[in-house]
Amino acid sequence: MNQIILDKQIANDDWTLIADDAELSTANEVINFSRWANAEGTDKAALIAKRDAGTLGIQLNAGDTADLLAADSQGFALINVEFPKFADGRGYSAARLLRERYGFTGQLRAVGDVLFDQLFYMMRCGFNAMAMRADQDLDLAVKGFETFSAPYQGDVNDTRPLFRRR
Amino acid sequence: MYVYDDLDQRIINERVTQFQDQMARYLDGKIPEEEFLPLRLQNGIYVQRYAPMLRIAVPYGMLNSKQLRKMGEIARDYDRGYAHFSTRQNLQYNWPKLEECPEILGKLAEVQMHAIQTSGNCIRNTTTDEYAGVTAEELVDPRPYCEIIRQSSTFHPEFAFLPRKFKIAVNAVADADRAATRMHDVGIQIIRNAEGELGYRVYAGGGLGRTPILSSVIREFLPEKDLLTYIDAIVRVYNQFGRRDNKYKARIKILVKALGVERFSKLVEEEWEYIKDGDGKLTDHELERIKSHFTEPDYATLEDAPASYTDALASDKAFARWVERNVRAHKKPGYAVTTFALKQKGTAPGDVTDSQLFAFADLADKYSFGEARSTHQQNLVLADVEQAKLYDLWKEAKALGLATPTLGLLTDMICCPGGDFCALANAKSLPVAEALQNAFDDLDYLHDLGEIDLNISGCMNACGHHHIGNIGILGVDKKGEEFYQVSLGGASGVDATVGKILGPSFARDRMAEIVRTILDVYVAQRIEGETFIETFRRIGMDAFKAAAYPEKEKTAKA
Repeated sequence: MNQIILDKQIANDDWTLIADDAELSTANEVINFSRWANAEGTDKAALIAKRDAGTLGIQLNAGDTADLLAADSQGFALINVEFPKFADGRGYSAARLLRERYGFTGQLRAVGDVLFDQLFYMMRCGFNAMAMRADQDLDLAVKGFETFSAPYQGDVNDTRPLFRRR
Repeated sequence: MYVYDDLDQRIINERVTQFQDQMARYLDGKIPEEEFLPLRLQNGIYVQRYAPMLRIAVPYGMLNSKQLRKMGEIARDYDRGYAHFSTRQNLQYNWPKLEECPEILGKLAEVQMHAIQTSGNCIRNTTTDEYAGVTAEELVDPRPYCEIIRQSSTFHPEFAFLPRKFKIAVNAVADADRAATRMHDVGIQIIRNAEGELGYRVYAGGGLGRTPILSSVIREFLPEKDLLTYIDAIVRVYNQFGRRDNKYKARIKILVKALGVERFSKLVEEEWEYIKDGDGKLTDHELERIKSHFTEPDYATLEDAPASYTDALASDKAFARWVERNVRAHKKPGYAVTTFALKQKGTAPGDVTDSQLFAFADLADKYSFGEARSTHQQNLVLADVEQAKLYDLWKEAKALGLATPTLGLLTDMICCPGGDFCALANAKSLPVAEALQNAFDDLDYLHDLGEIDLNISGCMNACGHHHIGNIGILGVDKKGEEFYQVSLGGASGVDATVGKILGPSFARDRMAEIVRTILDVYVAQRIEGETFIETFRRIGMDAFKAAAYPEKEKTAKA
């Protein structure tokens, strides 16, 4: 089983991203946002039923902004936000919006080109899970959350900027 | 100026530790080159043609004498005895060793300095008027707002990987713009509304580079406390929707242009609605805390134009000439603002030696409350000098080679490091600057020409601001050979204009001759009292074109 970082600890990954044409099962499965967006009729009903059963996750891929999912996000047990490249920072805004605007409280996971030196920012933007790129050292990674002790800005974990804490 | 408290210091110290670790992992082969790139860039390190270049942040150009001395020490101990002031009011070292950079950052942290976000696709150093706080023209001192933006943009968790670099400038003078505000991704003009409340007119979508664009107003009035939430809203829209497929189309100016100003503003306003009353809204306490760092120094009660000063002006022509060009009125009677041009013949514009930095620190202590400023014109300022001491100061500066009386004149040019150092450049820019300094060294002629902005960039990235020079020179590569394209009519300031291209580019050895040809047209055509740009705006490009390309003219007539 793959390992991820969950709540600053190394954990087993019990979710699987499935192809857009794969049949649904009762296991924890993640679908691409486009499948959710395009589904109609009974297909959509099946997805909603699975979501409400707590076994459906959804993945925002590069270019999918958080507002496309908006309030729909709330029922999912897991949302993946893809980082196609570490230098592509769209996912940080997506995460903040999901947490701060759309009230998502489930597992928010960064996937893709996820590297050690991004973890601190990711945590501050509301990610509580990271599926790191395969070559990354997870034992080192769990230490990546303590880089700075007093950030200037408010964030998802503490909305008060430093000037309200000074 | 702003003084760090324990929290600010801790943040800077933690950054040094973080980068030491990143550098160690890189040198250990654990971070590949491509992934180390954004990490080093966000600590100001470029890999240049011959050596890495380290760019130190000078927030909105403010420096104290301790910092100047530290910069001198670093130039002496880690570089080749000099450093370079950039058009972002920052300081660059051209010859540090890569592995020594974390150590240099540690030294800087001792004097409350850093290199954070001086490069990379993030929010860069916020710039403002080099005469902030001492000019009677300003509505309020813009520096507290710059510091507020600096803190908020430092390690912003959401905006560390934007589509492209992001630059903010703040201006508080209504009818002058020494910060080139409209050439920035975001420009903040501090204003009062009809009710007399303090706030900002907000511009977005300006920038130089490959596609020079003047920014547009996206909000006519933003209340004072809403500064950070509104900037967050702008950058959030940009982070989500700015182009990432082509680095030449990734600046916010392209997004604003593609969406149209109206649609872009609407997106920002919609975003802002959600966050405007959140915790990001500034508090009275914070505004007062930051402003309290920018109170006036302990000025003496003085009269303007004391006898010792006017006597010196009358008896020493060289001093009088320097005062005429390089000294400005101060808001306090009996004081003056002095600018020292880093444009000596034989050195690159903006370059300063370690011993000049040490000596300038001493001058700051002796004459200007221990503070100095760097300017986007690549010069240095002592902003609080008693008029009675100007003559002594001038004599000392002259001995240091820092008293060239050419501020704002042709040879006070802006110039990027160009192909001599920069890996991005298409052509060298320093030899052009040098040729011009050599060709135009007659002070009487320079003073007669009056104010001219001549700006040189070694490539389209436009670090030398060639688009907004009255005369702009751009290095281009033509089949492996370096050529120079000339543009005319550019201007910064409130009537900012992007210059127009004169015509086909010229070989380097013709540049002094071409500039002279252009100046001859101006001198022949000017009406009493007209500056170069005024003449250009009146007569247009044709006369210049005809003089610069006489052969073409003949062919056209034949």
